[in-house]
Amino acid sequence: MRLPIYLDNNATTQVDPRVFETMTPYFLENFGNAASKSHAFGWAAEEAVDYAREQVAKIIGANSKEIIFTSGATESNNLAIKGVFEMYAAKGNHIITVITEHKAVLDTCKHLEKLGAEITYLSVAENGLIDMAQLEQAIRPTTILVSVMYGNNELGVLQPVREIGALCKKHGVLFHTDATQAVGKIPVDVIADNIDLLSFTAHKMYGPKGIGALYVRRKNPRVKVTAQMDGGGHERGMRSGTLNVPGIIGFGKACEIAIQEMESEAVRLSAMRDRLEAALLQLEESYVNGSREHRLPHTTNISFKYVEGEGLMMGIKDIACSSGSACTSASLEPSYVLKSLGLDDELAHSSIRFGLGRFTKDEEIDFAIDLVTKAVNKLRDMSPLWEMHKEGIDLKSIEWSEH
Amino acid sequence: MAYSEKVIDHYTNPRNIGTLDKASDTVGTGLVGAPECGDVMRLQIQVNEETGVIEDAKFKTFGCGSAIASSSLATEWIKGKTVDEALSIDNMDIVEELALPPVKIHCSVLAEDAIRAAINDYRQKRGLEPLVSDKVHH
Repeated sequence: MRLPIYLDNNATTQVDPRVFETMTPYFLENFGNAASKSHAFGWAAEEAVDYAREQVAKIIGANSKEIIFTSGATESNNLAIKGVFEMYAAKGNHIITVITEHKAVLDTCKHLEKLGAEITYLSVAENGLIDMAQLEQAIRPTTILVSVMYGNNELGVLQPVREIGALCKKHGVLFHTDATQAVGKIPVDVIADNIDLLSFTAHKMYGPKGIGALYVRRKNPRVKVTAQMDGGGHERGMRSGTLNVPGIIGFGKACEIAIQEMESEAVRLSAMRDRLEAALLQLEESYVNGSREHRLPHTTNISFKYVEGEGLMMGIKDIACSSGSACTSASLEPSYVLKSLGLDDELAHSSIRFGLGRFTKDEEIDFAIDLVTKAVNKLRDMSPLWEMHKEGIDLKSIEWSEH
Repeated sequence: MAYSEKVIDHYTNPRNIGTLDKASDTVGTGLVGAPECGDVMRLQIQVNEETGVIEDAKFKTFGCGSAIASSSLATEWIKGKTVDEALSIDNMDIVEELALPPVKIHCSVLAEDAIRAAINDYRQKRGLEPLVSDKVHH
Protein backbone atom coordinates (compact mmCIF):
# COMPACT_ATOMS: atom_id res chain seq x y z
CA MET A 1 0.00 0.00 0.00
CA ARG A 2 1.38 3.38 -1.00
CA LEU A 3 1.14 6.27 1.47
CA PRO A 4 -0.51 8.67 1.75
CA ILE A 5 -3.78 7.07 0.69
CA TYR A 6 -6.17 9.28 -1.23
CA LEU A 7 -9.62 9.79 0.27
CA ASP A 8 -10.35 13.24 -1.13
CA ASN A 9 -12.19 12.28 -4.29
CA ASN A 10 -14.74 15.10 -3.83
CA ALA A 11 -11.88 17.53 -4.38
CA THR A 12 -10.57 15.85 -7.48
CA THR A 13 -9.91 12.39 -8.86
CA GLN A 14 -7.03 10.60 -10.45
CA VAL A 15 -7.29 10.49 -14.24
CA ASP A 16 -8.28 6.98 -15.27
CA PRO A 17 -5.37 5.50 -17.28
CA ARG A 18 -7.87 4.62 -20.03
CA VAL A 19 -8.80 8.30 -20.23
CA PHE A 20 -5.19 9.38 -20.32
CA GLU A 21 -4.42 6.93 -23.10
CA THR A 22 -7.30 8.23 -25.20
CA MET A 23 -6.09 11.80 -24.79
CA THR A 24 -2.42 11.47 -25.72
CA PRO A 25 -2.77 11.41 -29.54
CA TYR A 26 -4.55 14.76 -29.34
CA PHE A 27 -1.46 16.45 -27.97
CA LEU A 28 1.09 15.00 -30.38
CA GLU A 29 -0.56 13.90 -33.62
CA ASN A 30 -4.10 15.20 -33.91
CA PHE A 31 -3.30 18.58 -32.46
CA GLY A 32 -5.54 20.51 -34.86
CA ASN A 33 -7.94 23.29 -33.98
CA ALA A 34 -11.46 21.90 -34.12
CA ALA A 35 -12.56 25.16 -35.76
CA SER A 36 -10.12 24.82 -38.68
CA LYS A 37 -12.39 23.82 -41.55
CA SER A 38 -9.75 23.89 -44.29
CA HIS A 39 -7.48 20.93 -43.55
CA ALA A 40 -7.26 17.42 -42.21
CA PHE A 41 -5.85 18.42 -38.82
CA GLY A 42 -8.94 20.47 -38.12
CA TRP A 43 -11.30 17.80 -39.46
CA ALA A 44 -9.75 15.10 -37.27
CA ALA A 45 -10.07 17.31 -34.20
CA GLU A 46 -13.64 18.25 -35.02
CA GLU A 47 -14.65 14.66 -35.59
CA ALA A 48 -13.17 13.58 -32.28
CA VAL A 49 -14.86 16.47 -30.47
CA ASP A 50 -18.21 15.56 -32.03
CA TYR A 51 -17.86 12.01 -30.78
CA ALA A 52 -16.84 13.15 -27.30
CA ARG A 53 -19.74 15.59 -27.21
CA GLU A 54 -22.12 12.67 -27.78
CA GLN A 55 -20.56 10.75 -24.88
CA VAL A 56 -20.75 13.77 -22.59
CA ALA A 57 -24.38 14.40 -23.56
CA LYS A 58 -25.31 10.76 -23.07
CA ILE A 59 -24.29 10.60 -19.41
CA ILE A 60 -26.97 13.15 -18.51
CA GLY A 61 -29.55 12.03 -21.09
CA ALA A 62 -29.08 15.13 -23.25
CA ASN A 63 -28.63 15.80 -26.94
CA SER A 64 -25.07 16.60 -28.05
CA LYS A 65 -26.23 19.98 -29.40
CA GLU A 66 -27.13 20.94 -25.83
CA ILE A 67 -23.56 20.66 -24.52
CA ILE A 68 -21.45 23.82 -24.17
CA PHE A 69 -17.85 23.05 -23.28
CA THR A 70 -16.26 25.28 -20.65
CA SER A 71 -13.11 25.30 -18.53
CA GLY A 72 -14.87 23.59 -15.63
CA ALA A 73 -17.84 23.69 -13.31
CA THR A 74 -17.01 27.12 -11.89
CA GLU A 75 -17.22 28.64 -15.35
CA SER A 76 -20.36 26.63 -16.12
CA ASN A 77 -22.04 27.96 -12.98
CA ASN A 78 -21.01 31.52 -13.83
CA LEU A 79 -22.24 31.17 -17.41
CA ALA A 80 -25.54 29.62 -16.38
CA ILE A 81 -26.46 32.15 -13.71
CA LYS A 82 -25.01 35.34 -15.20
CA GLY A 83 -26.09 34.24 -18.67
CA VAL A 84 -29.70 33.71 -17.59
CA PHE A 85 -29.73 36.95 -15.60
CA GLU A 86 -28.71 38.91 -18.69
CA MET A 87 -30.78 37.00 -21.23
CA TYR A 88 -34.02 37.06 -19.22
CA ALA A 89 -33.69 40.58 -17.82
CA ALA A 90 -36.99 41.53 -19.46
CA LYS A 91 -38.79 38.80 -17.53
CA GLY A 92 -37.41 39.53 -14.10
CA ASN A 93 -34.41 39.79 -11.79
CA HIS A 94 -35.14 37.29 -9.03
CA ILE A 95 -33.03 34.18 -8.50
CA ILE A 96 -33.51 31.50 -5.85
CA THR A 97 -30.60 29.48 -4.55
CA VAL A 98 -29.50 27.73 -1.34
CA ILE A 99 -27.02 28.68 1.39
CA THR A 100 -25.14 25.38 1.06
CA GLU A 101 -24.26 25.91 -2.61
CA HIS A 102 -20.65 25.98 -3.77
CA LYS A 103 -18.96 29.39 -3.76
CA ALA A 104 -19.03 29.35 -7.56
CA VAL A 105 -22.80 29.74 -7.29
CA LEU A 106 -23.02 31.87 -4.14
CA ASP A 107 -20.37 34.38 -5.18
CA THR A 108 -21.85 34.62 -8.66
CA CYS A 109 -25.20 35.46 -7.05
CA LYS A 110 -23.55 38.04 -4.79
CA HIS A 111 -21.95 39.60 -7.86
CA LEU A 112 -25.35 39.83 -9.54
CA GLU A 113 -26.88 41.44 -6.45
CA LYS A 114 -24.57 44.37 -7.07
CA LEU A 115 -25.95 44.55 -10.59
CA GLY A 116 -29.55 44.71 -9.42
CA ALA A 117 -30.50 41.07 -8.98
CA GLU A 118 -32.68 40.00 -6.08
CA ILE A 119 -31.52 36.72 -4.60
CA THR A 120 -33.33 34.45 -2.18
CA TYR A 121 -30.99 32.14 -0.26
CA LEU A 122 -32.98 29.15 0.99
CA SER A 123 -31.90 27.57 4.26
CA VAL A 124 -31.63 23.84 4.78
CA ALA A 125 -32.83 21.46 7.46
CA GLU A 126 -30.49 19.65 9.84
CA ASN A 127 -30.06 16.91 7.22
CA GLY A 128 -28.93 19.40 4.59
CA LEU A 129 -32.09 19.19 2.47
CA ILE A 130 -34.16 22.15 1.32
CA ASP A 131 -37.86 22.41 2.12
CA MET A 132 -39.98 22.15 -1.03
CA ALA A 133 -42.79 24.26 0.42
CA GLN A 134 -40.31 27.00 1.23
CA LEU A 135 -38.98 26.88 -2.32
CA GLU A 136 -42.48 27.17 -3.79
CA GLN A 137 -43.29 30.10 -1.52
CA ALA A 138 -40.14 31.88 -2.65
CA ILE A 139 -41.15 31.85 -6.31
CA ARG A 140 -42.43 35.26 -7.51
CA PRO A 141 -43.64 36.58 -10.85
CA THR A 142 -40.15 38.05 -11.37
CA THR A 143 -38.32 34.79 -10.62
CA ILE A 144 -36.20 33.80 -13.59
CA LEU A 145 -34.04 31.03 -12.16
CA VAL A 146 -33.82 28.44 -9.42
CA SER A 147 -30.28 27.16 -8.84
CA VAL A 148 -29.97 24.18 -6.50
CA MET A 149 -27.02 21.82 -6.47
CA TYR A 150 -27.49 18.13 -7.14
CA GLY A 151 -25.04 16.67 -4.59
CA ASN A 152 -23.26 18.74 -1.98
CA ASN A 153 -19.48 18.82 -2.16
CA GLU A 154 -18.88 18.76 1.59
CA LEU A 155 -21.61 16.39 2.73
CA GLY A 156 -22.58 14.41 -0.33
CA VAL A 157 -26.23 15.21 0.44
CA LEU A 158 -28.53 14.95 -2.60
CA GLN A 159 -31.26 17.55 -3.02
CA PRO A 160 -34.69 16.44 -4.31
CA VAL A 161 -33.77 17.43 -7.86
CA ARG A 162 -36.68 15.69 -9.59
CA GLU A 163 -39.23 17.44 -7.37
CA ILE A 164 -37.48 20.78 -7.83
CA GLY A 165 -37.49 20.33 -11.61
CA ALA A 166 -41.20 19.52 -11.63
CA LEU A 167 -42.00 22.52 -9.44
CA CYS A 168 -39.99 24.88 -11.64
CA LYS A 169 -41.70 23.55 -14.73
CA LYS A 170 -45.09 24.09 -13.13
CA HIS A 171 -44.21 27.72 -12.41
CA GLY A 172 -42.43 28.37 -15.70
CA VAL A 173 -39.12 29.12 -13.99
CA LEU A 174 -35.78 27.89 -15.32
CA PHE A 175 -33.95 25.31 -13.21
CA HIS A 176 -30.16 25.16 -13.02
CA THR A 177 -28.32 22.52 -11.04
CA ASP A 178 -24.64 22.31 -10.18
CA ALA A 179 -24.21 18.57 -10.64
CA THR A 180 -20.42 18.58 -10.33
CA GLN A 181 -20.37 15.93 -7.59
CA ALA A 182 -23.21 13.82 -8.95
CA VAL A 183 -22.54 13.20 -12.64
CA GLY A 184 -20.64 9.97 -13.14
CA LYS A 185 -21.47 8.81 -9.60
CA ILE A 186 -25.24 8.37 -9.80
CA PRO A 187 -27.67 8.36 -12.75
CA VAL A 188 -28.57 11.90 -13.82
CA ASP A 189 -31.30 12.50 -16.40
CA VAL A 190 -32.07 16.03 -17.53
CA ILE A 191 -35.34 14.96 -19.18
CA ALA A 192 -36.81 13.02 -16.27
CA ASP A 193 -35.60 15.67 -13.81
CA ASN A 194 -36.80 18.67 -15.89
CA ILE A 195 -33.40 20.31 -15.67
CA ASP A 196 -32.86 23.32 -17.94
CA LEU A 197 -29.21 24.02 -17.19
CA LEU A 198 -26.68 21.67 -15.62
CA SER A 199 -23.02 22.25 -14.71
CA PHE A 200 -20.50 19.43 -14.53
CA THR A 201 -16.80 18.81 -14.88
CA ALA A 202 -14.41 16.09 -15.96
CA HIS A 203 -11.93 16.05 -13.10
CA LYS A 204 -14.44 14.83 -10.51
CA MET A 205 -15.10 11.73 -12.60
CA TYR A 206 -11.61 10.49 -13.46
CA GLY A 207 -11.14 12.89 -16.35
CA PRO A 208 -8.66 15.74 -16.75
CA LYS A 209 -8.79 19.15 -15.07
CA GLY A 210 -9.59 22.26 -17.07
CA ILE A 211 -12.59 20.92 -18.96
CA GLY A 212 -16.24 21.07 -18.00
CA ALA A 213 -19.59 21.56 -19.61
CA LEU A 214 -22.87 23.38 -19.27
CA TYR A 215 -25.97 21.64 -20.50
CA VAL A 216 -28.38 24.17 -22.00
CA ARG A 217 -31.81 22.79 -22.88
CA ARG A 218 -32.89 23.27 -26.49
CA LYS A 219 -36.53 22.10 -26.38
CA ASN A 220 -39.47 22.65 -24.00
CA PRO A 221 -38.36 25.29 -23.35
CA ARG A 222 -35.54 26.47 -25.60
CA VAL A 223 -33.10 28.06 -23.15
CA LYS A 224 -30.52 30.67 -24.05
CA VAL A 225 -27.76 32.26 -22.03
CA THR A 226 -25.85 35.43 -22.81
CA ALA A 227 -22.20 34.66 -23.48
CA GLN A 228 -19.81 35.72 -20.74
CA MET A 229 -16.77 35.20 -22.95
CA ASP A 230 -16.77 37.06 -26.23
CA GLY A 231 -14.79 36.05 -29.26
CA GLY A 232 -15.05 33.68 -32.19
CA GLY A 233 -18.59 32.55 -31.41
CA HIS A 234 -17.74 28.95 -30.56
CA GLU A 235 -20.22 26.67 -28.81
CA ARG A 236 -23.30 28.10 -30.52
CA GLY A 237 -22.18 31.58 -29.59
CA MET A 238 -22.48 30.91 -25.87
CA ARG A 239 -18.80 30.34 -25.09
CA SER A 240 -16.04 31.60 -27.33
CA GLY A 241 -12.53 30.25 -27.17
CA THR A 242 -10.59 27.54 -28.99
CA LEU A 243 -11.82 24.17 -27.87
CA ASN A 244 -9.63 22.24 -25.44
CA VAL A 245 -9.54 19.21 -27.71
CA PRO A 246 -7.48 16.79 -25.58
CA GLY A 247 -9.55 17.77 -22.55
CA ILE A 248 -12.80 17.22 -24.39
CA ILE A 249 -11.63 13.82 -25.67
CA GLY A 250 -10.70 12.87 -22.11
CA PHE A 251 -14.01 14.14 -20.75
CA GLY A 252 -15.85 12.05 -23.36
CA LYS A 253 -13.91 8.92 -22.48
CA ALA A 254 -14.45 9.52 -18.75
CA CYS A 255 -18.20 9.75 -19.40
CA GLU A 256 -18.17 6.60 -21.52
CA ILE A 257 -16.43 4.64 -18.76
CA ALA A 258 -18.74 6.05 -16.08
CA ILE A 259 -21.86 5.12 -18.06
CA GLN A 260 -20.63 1.52 -18.17
CA GLU A 261 -19.24 1.23 -14.65
CA MET A 262 -21.18 3.70 -12.51
CA GLU A 263 -23.74 1.23 -11.26
CA SER A 264 -21.33 -1.44 -10.04
CA GLU A 265 -18.90 1.19 -8.80
CA ALA A 266 -21.59 2.83 -6.68
CA VAL A 267 -22.40 -0.51 -5.06
CA ARG A 268 -18.75 -1.19 -4.30
CA LEU A 269 -17.98 2.30 -3.01
CA SER A 270 -21.06 2.65 -0.85
CA ALA A 271 -20.27 -0.70 0.80
CA MET A 272 -16.74 0.52 1.57
CA ARG A 273 -17.99 3.92 2.69
CA ASP A 274 -20.55 2.32 4.99
CA ARG A 275 -17.87 0.08 6.48
CA LEU A 276 -15.60 3.07 7.15
CA GLU A 277 -18.48 5.04 8.61
CA ALA A 278 -19.73 2.23 10.85
CA ALA A 279 -16.24 1.65 12.24
CA LEU A 280 -15.64 5.35 12.97
CA LEU A 281 -19.06 5.73 14.58
CA GLN A 282 -17.85 3.19 17.12
CA LEU A 283 -15.91 6.10 18.60
CA GLU A 284 -17.93 7.91 21.26
CA GLU A 285 -19.38 11.29 20.33
CA SER A 286 -18.88 10.92 16.60
CA TYR A 287 -21.61 11.97 14.22
CA VAL A 288 -22.34 11.84 10.50
CA ASN A 289 -23.16 15.29 9.12
CA GLY A 290 -26.11 15.57 6.77
CA SER A 291 -28.62 13.03 5.52
CA ARG A 292 -27.34 9.47 5.35
CA GLU A 293 -30.30 8.43 3.25
CA HIS A 294 -30.16 11.05 0.48
CA ARG A 295 -26.48 10.92 -0.23
CA LEU A 296 -23.82 10.23 -2.82
CA PRO A 297 -22.46 6.68 -2.56
CA HIS A 298 -18.82 7.58 -2.03
CA THR A 299 -18.87 10.43 0.51
CA THR A 300 -19.13 10.72 4.27
CA ASN A 301 -18.59 13.69 6.56
CA ILE A 302 -18.02 12.86 10.21
CA SER A 303 -17.53 15.09 13.25
CA PHE A 304 -15.42 13.81 16.13
CA LYS A 305 -16.54 15.97 19.00
CA TYR A 306 -13.88 17.52 21.26
CA VAL A 307 -11.16 17.00 18.65
CA GLU A 308 -10.13 19.85 16.39
CA GLY A 309 -10.20 18.99 12.69
CA GLU A 310 -6.88 20.43 11.63
CA GLY A 311 -5.12 18.85 14.58
CA LEU A 312 -6.73 15.57 13.60
CA MET A 313 -5.64 15.97 9.98
CA MET A 314 -2.07 16.30 11.19
CA GLY A 315 -2.42 13.05 13.11
CA ILE A 316 -3.75 11.27 10.04
CA LYS A 317 -1.40 12.81 7.53
CA ASP A 318 -1.08 9.46 5.79
CA ILE A 319 -4.68 9.94 4.69
CA ALA A 320 -5.37 12.72 2.18
CA CYS A 321 -8.77 14.11 3.13
CA SER A 322 -10.46 17.43 4.02
CA SER A 323 -11.66 19.11 7.18
CA GLY A 324 -14.51 21.52 7.80
CA SER A 325 -12.19 23.37 10.11
CA ALA A 326 -10.79 26.41 8.37
CA CYS A 327 -7.94 27.19 10.72
CA THR A 328 -5.57 27.38 7.81
CA SER A 329 -7.52 30.24 6.31
CA ALA A 330 -7.24 33.71 7.74
CA SER A 331 -10.90 33.82 8.72
CA LEU A 332 -10.81 31.10 11.41
CA GLU A 333 -14.39 30.43 10.36
CA PRO A 334 -15.43 26.81 10.09
CA SER A 335 -17.33 25.54 7.05
CA TYR A 336 -20.44 27.55 6.22
CA VAL A 337 -22.06 24.39 4.90
CA LEU A 338 -21.72 22.61 8.23
CA LYS A 339 -22.87 25.70 10.13
CA SER A 340 -25.95 25.96 7.94
CA LEU A 341 -27.01 22.52 9.22
CA GLY A 342 -27.22 24.14 12.63
CA LEU A 343 -24.01 22.52 13.86
CA ASP A 344 -22.18 24.21 16.71
CA ASP A 345 -18.92 25.79 15.62
CA GLU A 346 -17.00 23.28 17.68
CA LEU A 347 -18.62 20.35 15.87
CA ALA A 348 -17.98 22.03 12.54
CA HIS A 349 -14.33 22.45 13.55
CA SER A 350 -14.21 18.73 14.33
CA SER A 351 -15.33 17.39 10.98
CA ILE A 352 -13.52 15.32 8.39
CA ARG A 353 -14.77 14.54 4.89
CA PHE A 354 -13.81 11.22 3.36
CA GLY A 355 -14.35 10.83 -0.37
CA LEU A 356 -13.79 7.36 -1.77
CA GLY A 357 -13.12 6.71 -5.43
CA ARG A 358 -12.62 4.26 -8.25
CA PHE A 359 -9.09 3.45 -7.11
CA THR A 360 -9.82 3.08 -3.38
CA LYS A 361 -8.94 -0.37 -2.04
CA ASP A 362 -10.35 -2.31 0.89
CA GLU A 363 -6.97 -2.38 2.62
CA GLU A 364 -6.86 1.40 2.47
CA ILE A 365 -10.18 1.55 4.31
CA ASP A 366 -8.77 -0.80 6.97
CA PHE A 367 -5.76 1.48 7.29
CA ALA A 368 -7.94 4.60 7.54
CA ILE A 369 -10.17 3.09 10.23
CA ASP A 370 -7.16 2.13 12.32
CA LEU A 371 -5.31 5.43 11.93
CA VAL A 372 -8.31 7.72 12.52
CA THR A 373 -9.37 5.74 15.59
CA LYS A 374 -5.90 5.98 17.12
CA ALA A 375 -5.54 9.68 16.31
CA VAL A 376 -8.96 10.62 17.72
CA ASN A 377 -8.23 8.72 20.93
CA LYS A 378 -4.80 10.30 21.29
CA LEU A 379 -6.09 13.83 20.72
CA ARG A 380 -8.97 13.31 23.11
CA ASP A 381 -6.49 12.27 25.77
CA MET A 382 -4.92 15.70 25.40
CA SER A 383 -8.17 17.64 24.89
CA PRO A 384 -9.37 19.75 27.84
CA LEU A 385 -12.86 19.69 26.33
CA TRP A 386 -12.96 15.90 26.34
CA GLU A 387 -11.88 15.88 29.98
CA MET A 388 -14.65 18.34 30.88
CA HIS A 389 -17.16 16.30 28.93
CA LYS A 390 -16.11 13.19 30.83
CA GLU A 391 -16.48 15.08 34.11
CA GLY A 392 -20.01 15.99 33.08
CA ILE A 393 -19.31 19.71 32.66
CA ASP A 394 -21.55 21.45 30.15
CA LEU A 395 -19.22 23.38 27.86
CA LYS A 396 -21.96 25.90 27.21
CA SER A 397 -21.92 26.85 30.89
CA ILE A 398 -18.35 28.12 30.62
CA GLU A 399 -17.50 31.71 29.83
CA TRP A 400 -14.89 31.35 27.10
CA SER A 401 -12.30 34.00 26.52
CA GLU A 402 -12.54 34.60 22.81
CA HIS A 403 -9.45 35.86 21.15
CA MET B 1 0.57 23.72 4.80
CA ALA B 2 3.87 22.25 5.90
CA TYR B 3 4.63 22.22 9.61
CA SER B 4 8.12 22.80 10.97
CA GLU B 5 10.02 19.85 12.40
CA LYS B 6 9.71 21.27 15.90
CA VAL B 7 5.94 21.56 15.62
CA ILE B 8 5.76 17.98 14.39
CA ASP B 9 8.00 16.85 17.25
CA HIS B 10 5.84 18.54 19.92
CA TYR B 11 2.66 17.28 18.27
CA THR B 12 3.95 13.72 18.05
CA ASN B 13 5.61 13.68 21.48
CA PRO B 14 3.85 16.36 23.49
CA ARG B 15 5.58 17.25 26.78
CA ASN B 16 3.72 17.53 30.05
CA ILE B 17 0.23 16.46 29.05
CA GLY B 18 -1.97 16.04 32.05
CA THR B 19 -4.00 17.49 34.83
CA LEU B 20 -3.04 18.97 38.20
CA ASP B 21 -5.48 19.32 41.08
CA LYS B 22 -7.14 22.62 40.31
CA ALA B 23 -8.53 22.86 43.84
CA SER B 24 -5.03 22.92 45.37
CA ASP B 25 -3.80 26.28 46.74
CA THR B 26 -0.46 25.83 45.06
CA VAL B 27 -1.90 25.13 41.61
CA GLY B 28 -2.82 27.84 39.13
CA THR B 29 -5.08 26.97 36.19
CA GLY B 30 -5.46 28.98 33.00
CA LEU B 31 -8.17 28.12 30.50
CA VAL B 32 -8.06 30.25 27.37
CA GLY B 33 -9.54 30.23 23.88
CA ALA B 34 -12.98 29.07 22.86
CA PRO B 35 -14.34 25.90 21.28
CA GLU B 36 -16.00 27.85 18.47
CA CYS B 37 -12.67 29.38 17.53
CA GLY B 38 -11.14 25.94 17.27
CA ASP B 39 -8.57 26.43 20.04
CA VAL B 40 -8.82 25.85 23.77
CA MET B 41 -5.74 25.60 25.98
CA ARG B 42 -5.63 24.65 29.61
CA LEU B 43 -2.30 25.23 31.27
CA GLN B 44 -1.63 24.46 34.92
CA ILE B 45 1.29 25.31 37.15
CA GLN B 46 2.34 23.88 40.48
CA VAL B 47 4.20 26.58 42.41
CA ASN B 48 6.52 26.21 45.38
CA GLU B 49 5.10 28.75 47.80
CA GLU B 50 8.44 29.56 49.40
CA THR B 51 10.61 29.95 46.34
CA GLY B 52 7.99 30.99 43.81
CA VAL B 53 9.42 28.39 41.43
CA ILE B 54 7.09 26.56 39.04
CA GLU B 55 7.89 23.00 39.95
CA ASP B 56 5.48 21.32 37.57
CA ALA B 57 3.41 22.35 34.58
CA LYS B 58 0.75 20.43 32.67
CA PHE B 59 -1.39 21.20 29.68
CA LYS B 60 -4.26 19.93 27.61
CA THR B 61 -5.11 21.55 24.30
CA PHE B 62 -7.93 21.31 21.79
CA GLY B 63 -6.61 22.75 18.56
CA CYS B 64 -4.41 22.43 15.56
CA GLY B 65 -0.85 21.12 15.57
CA SER B 66 0.60 24.58 16.14
CA ALA B 67 -1.66 25.17 19.14
CA ILE B 68 -0.66 21.85 20.66
CA ALA B 69 3.03 22.53 20.01
CA SER B 70 2.82 26.09 21.44
CA SER B 71 1.30 24.91 24.69
CA SER B 72 3.64 21.93 24.94
CA LEU B 73 6.63 24.24 24.48
CA ALA B 74 5.22 26.72 26.99
CA THR B 75 5.05 24.07 29.72
CA GLU B 76 8.57 22.99 28.92
CA TRP B 77 9.85 26.54 29.20
CA ILE B 78 8.11 27.58 32.42
CA LYS B 79 9.05 24.49 34.38
CA GLY B 80 11.86 25.43 36.78
CA LYS B 81 11.32 29.15 36.27
CA THR B 82 9.96 31.46 38.92
CA VAL B 83 6.52 32.94 38.38
CA ASP B 84 8.08 36.29 37.52
CA GLU B 85 10.47 34.75 35.03
CA ALA B 86 7.61 32.85 33.40
CA LEU B 87 5.75 36.11 32.89
CA SER B 88 8.55 37.40 30.74
CA ILE B 89 7.98 34.78 28.04
CA ASP B 90 6.87 36.57 24.91
CA ASN B 91 4.64 35.02 22.29
CA MET B 92 7.19 35.91 19.62
CA ASP B 93 9.74 33.68 21.37
CA ILE B 94 7.36 30.80 20.73
CA VAL B 95 6.80 31.88 17.13
CA GLU B 96 10.53 31.91 16.57
CA GLU B 97 11.27 28.63 18.31
CA LEU B 98 8.55 26.75 16.43
CA ALA B 99 8.92 28.67 13.15
CA LEU B 100 5.19 29.38 13.13
CA PRO B 101 3.82 30.97 9.95
CA PRO B 102 1.84 34.24 10.24
CA VAL B 103 -1.58 32.49 10.24
CA LYS B 104 -0.49 30.55 13.32
CA ILE B 105 0.76 33.44 15.42
CA HIS B 106 -2.53 33.42 17.34
CA CYS B 107 -1.53 29.99 18.71
CA SER B 108 1.52 31.54 20.36
CA VAL B 109 -0.57 34.42 21.70
CA LEU B 110 -2.92 31.91 23.21
CA ALA B 111 -0.05 30.04 24.86
CA GLU B 112 1.24 33.28 26.40
CA ASP B 113 -2.29 34.09 27.55
CA ALA B 114 -2.53 30.63 29.09
CA ILE B 115 0.66 31.15 31.11
CA ARG B 116 -0.65 34.50 32.30
CA ALA B 117 -4.08 33.12 33.16
CA ALA B 118 -2.54 30.29 35.17
CA ILE B 119 -0.33 32.71 37.09
CA ASN B 120 -3.29 34.99 37.74
CA ASP B 121 -5.33 32.12 39.08
CA TYR B 122 -2.46 31.23 41.40
CA ARG B 123 -2.11 34.87 42.52
CA GLN B 124 -5.79 35.15 43.27
CA LYS B 125 -5.68 32.00 45.35
CA ARG B 126 -2.98 33.69 47.41
CA GLY B 127 -5.00 36.83 47.81
CA LEU B 128 -2.93 38.90 45.39
CA GLU B 129 -4.26 41.31 42.81
CA PRO B 130 -4.54 39.86 39.32
CA LEU B 131 -2.03 41.13 36.83
CA VAL B 132 -3.27 43.76 34.48
CA SER B 133 -2.21 43.03 30.96
CA ASP B 134 -0.76 46.07 29.28
CA LYS B 135 0.98 44.10 26.65
CA VAL B 136 0.31 44.67 23.00
CA HIS B 137 0.58 41.43 21.08
CA HIS B 138 2.60 41.29 17.93
